[in-house]
Amino acid sequence: MKELLEGSMAVAEIVRLCKPGVISAYPITPQTHIVEELAQIVADGRLNAQFVNVESEHSAASVVLGAVATGVRAYTATSSQGLFYMAEVLYNIAGMRLPVIMTTAARAISAPINIWNDHQDVVSLRDSGWIQFHAEDIQEAMDLHLIAYRLGEDRSIMLPVMVCMDGFILTHGMETVDMPSQEQVDKFLSPYKAPYKLDVENPLTLGPLVDPEYYMEARFALNKTQEEALALIPKLTAEFAKVFGRTYNGLVEGYQLKDAEKVIVAMGSVCGTIKEVIDELRAKGKKVGLLKVTSLRPFPVNAIYDALKNIPKLAVIDRALSLGSFAPLSAEVKAVFFGKPKQPKNISSFVVGLGGRDITKDSIKEIFRLMNGKDKQAEFIDLKPELLKESYE
Amino acid sequence: MSKTLFAPGHTACAGCGQSMAARLVLDAAGPNTIIVNNTGCLEVFSTKYPESCWEVPFIHSLFENAAAVASGVESAIKYLGKADQVNIIAQGGDGSSADIGLQALSGMLERGHNILYVCYDNEAYMNTGVQRSGLTPFDTNTTTSPAGAVSIGNLRPKKPMPEIANAHGIPYVAVASSGFGQDLQRKVKKAISIKGPKYIQVHAPCPLGWRHETNMTLQVAKLAVETGLYPLVEYENGVLSGRRQITPKPVEEYLKVQGRFKHLLNKPEEIRKIQEIADNNIRKYGLKSETQQV
Repeated sequence: MKELLEGSMAVAEIVRLCKPGVISAYPITPQTHIVEELAQIVADGRLNAQFVNVESEHSAASVVLGAVATGVRAYTATSSQGLFYMAEVLYNIAGMRLPVIMTTAARAISAPINIWNDHQDVVSLRDSGWIQFHAEDIQEAMDLHLIAYRLGEDRSIMLPVMVCMDGFILTHGMETVDMPSQEQVDKFLSPYKAPYKLDVENPLTLGPLVDPEYYMEARFALNKTQEEALALIPKLTAEFAKVFGRTYNGLVEGYQLKDAEKVIVAMGSVCGTIKEVIDELRAKGKKVGLLKVTSLRPFPVNAIYDALKNIPKLAVIDRALSLGSFAPLSAEVKAVFFGKPKQPKNISSFVVGLGGRDITKDSIKEIFRLMNGKDKQAEFIDLKPELLKESYE
Repeated sequence: MSKTLFAPGHTACAGCGQSMAARLVLDAAGPNTIIVNNTGCLEVFSTKYPESCWEVPFIHSLFENAAAVASGVESAIKYLGKADQVNIIAQGGDGSSADIGLQALSGMLERGHNILYVCYDNEAYMNTGVQRSGLTPFDTNTTTSPAGAVSIGNLRPKKPMPEIANAHGIPYVAVASSGFGQDLQRKVKKAISIKGPKYIQVHAPCPLGWRHETNMTLQVAKLAVETGLYPLVEYENGVLSGRRQITPKPVEEYLKVQGRFKHLLNKPEEIRKIQEIADNNIRKYGLKSETQQV
């Protein structure tokens, strides 16, 4: 059914349709609308779930860890500092192979404190072992949650999945979305059947001490499963298309790549702006395109190579930094082509939209323009040089 | 002897007071129990992969989050409609309960989960090598509160965890000791018969950290109680409902058998301060036996 909904309401409704038995969260802007709506849904009896109001994000993550370890589907959501406060638990959840599903309203990191959107929080968690999806719009954010539950709980995967949606832009933006029916969701997503759980009928020890004799294999297996998820994701999105009528690749999405000479690689809601700019430039005969990365983890190395191997000029947009090194997504995209038979002549790296700085169509046009010159390394767009002149003296 | 649910063969040190207490707790709770454990000695010596001592479901996640993980387990059990069939015990040492895990524990107590929390109090971070915790007693020599030319050891008295737990308005709080096994098991059974959050703190001697002979564990635990330094009290709905009465022994008898207090033995003024702590406990809780026993 088509409805005009705020992103947070749409995600809360999709989570309801996925029927988690335990929801736990701690409030942080801009995640709050999602969990407030879920609390209301539970209060109204529209979802049979235990809603656990905790004293911190560390405990929110620990509660959902405990619930999934007991064999019950669970959900949480957070953002920014909250995600960092969870970080220790998030690595632990992945290592314990517990398919927790979480929404992250992507937001800048303090200091300076800033509640607006960029990707520093989520990108910093890329090594946690969680599968990490990035949504371009509200519909995709909704759909990725359905895919996340299917993927994470698949017997061959058993990994947590984080669905990243840009804070405010998607969490508080309005969009007409197609809300699936319970029948459709049930057809796609079966109840969770845990292959291992805390059960007095069959006692297991979860989370044991693992010494050097065994540790490496556990970590190797985790890494291997990430690779295997790369193969499963397109299969699940194909199945998704049959039930819901929307087609995603799940790993990457190309836009006007055929014959493109200049291509931007990006994640999240900025892809919508880039597509508009591409339409305008294409109308003027410019051969420009976009590759959207939906799955940051697992990182779709082959899909990116196949999509971009014949493109002469690439620009990678990062909305996060790896302070003191290359911008994170740009470094990984460059690594895709190292030692490969085909590769772009130029790969530039741009940093945009930190802490909610607007990324306008002009920002994107500037990037396409700058791609004409030499390779740029983490070049900041829309920087205000006059603000950099201030000093303590 | 009936079969224990905490299998032998673990790697705890000789004379470990915590391993003894953990076995007594689990056997009192019985097989329909899920254990959620903080990181610490107990988890390390009982779960080294591929072996495990636990013949009930057991989960260890992190150092400070057992109370929160247990909250998730309990919520899941409630969701599954099995709330009346399973006991949930969250447990950890003094550091993971009273220091780094206090926030999670407070959340668990405040939210009213039907969980028994057991704090095994060996009065320092023993798993990392005897560093001072919030439950390390006054004047104790630990590796991070060492006695020296200008220091007499730990500067502060023990954090009053039973009172802190009580302040949450929970139905049952008790203090127990590895040295009084039947009393400990009675308290565990009582706790799990009561719905809601419960807190039991168990004094658990650590021969390595306390530096006493390994065959002295029970005796040392008993002396702590008999001097009035570790009062075995019980609260129901915030009201003191039980206390183990004693014929008080001088604290020196407890201090002199442990290396961690050796630096005090030629300092009568320090021993006097510790005696005052015991005397205050004896007055506050009415520990002195009315009928003098020989």
